[in-house]
Amino acid sequence: MKKLLLMGLVLISLGACAQTGGYKVGDVVKDFALKNIDNKTVSMADYKDAKGFIVVFTCNTCPVAQAYQDRVAELNNSFAAKGYPVIAINPNDAEAVPAESFEKMQAEAKGKNFNYPYLLDPDHVVTKQFGASRTPHVFIVNKTDKGNTVEYIGAIDNDPEGVNATKEDYVKNAINNLSSGKKPVVTSTKAVGCSIKWKKG
Amino acid sequence: MQLLSKTYCQYLRYIIMRTFLLICLSLISYSLSAQVKLLTLDELDKRMAAGKDTTYVVNFWATWCAPCVAELPNFEKLRVANLKKPVKVILISVDFKSKLQKEVIPFVVKNQIKAEVFLLNETDQQKYIERVDPKWTGAIPATLFVKQKIRRFYEQEFTEKQLKNTLLNLK
Repeated sequence: MKKLLLMGLVLISLGACAQTGGYKVGDVVKDFALKNIDNKTVSMADYKDAKGFIVVFTCNTCPVAQAYQDRVAELNNSFAAKGYPVIAINPNDAEAVPAESFEKMQAEAKGKNFNYPYLLDPDHVVTKQFGASRTPHVFIVNKTDKGNTVEYIGAIDNDPEGVNATKEDYVKNAINNLSSGKKPVVTSTKAVGCSIKWKKG
Repeated sequence: MQLLSKTYCQYLRYIIMRTFLLICLSLISYSLSAQVKLLTLDELDKRMAAGKDTTYVVNFWATWCAPCVAELPNFEKLRVANLKKPVKVILISVDFKSKLQKEVIPFVVKNQIKAEVFLLNETDQQKYIERVDPKWTGAIPATLFVKQKIRRFYEQEFTEKQLKNTLLNLK
């Protein structure tokens, strides 16, 4: 009986983990200092001229994330110069999945010509702050007087497979809205992605 | 000499026929065991509504999702353990539709999955993720337990024991 109760508790806590709080649209983001693949630390505060950021939780191994790699690079190409650079963060634990190690991240970034920082998040601290639940998972933040405010949470577009006739570029549209001084029309979307590989134990 | 060659020919013909028959049979059983149909959420709802007292354990997975693939044997064990009870395990793949023949069916054959497997026939992720459960962020694996009016959704991996206990404690 005790065992059963314990099991129930574990289940409940697991369920609670799945729906981590994290930021909601309108929340102010706490800045981070994470190690980039070039061993330098990256913070949002380093970007003096940025108007905001496209924060992408992505990784080495998720096929959905991989399908979006080119699109993430394209976002950075289009919007970094306009004040919205991409910052990619790998939320996965390298001990849980060895292919997510720092060295493998460096190789991945080199092989795929990442033109944006690709940061390590040991112990999932920033991942949990944001409430990222999968890869890829995007958070657009906009610099305001209050701080870096979350304006959009969700998918890059609604076309992971590249076959959707009614494709909507959620991130592009949101940044275009923000660039013209408006709020994004679509502020939150859902998409199938790979679960985060949390540290064991 | 002629007689010998005649019997030899007959024998050869018999062997060829037999082999042909065997190939046919194995092809038929292959395609039967590896049937993965497309399924919309409307069809799933209809199916579950017709099930009356059956409890449905619906797992959302994909061939590319390592933790999903790792927990599939636990669903198989749950299915086998409940063969005589009104419990139905349904595995719904969210693989790309274009991967049905090349990836999903070969995967089901290779891993000898006996539970019913479908490929989700929905295009709008914004609608279907919310419809399966508002709590679902889209990460997989995810599992839905349905028993008549009771609906419990979990965005998590399951051990064999957790599956068993969740099923037992479904209230």
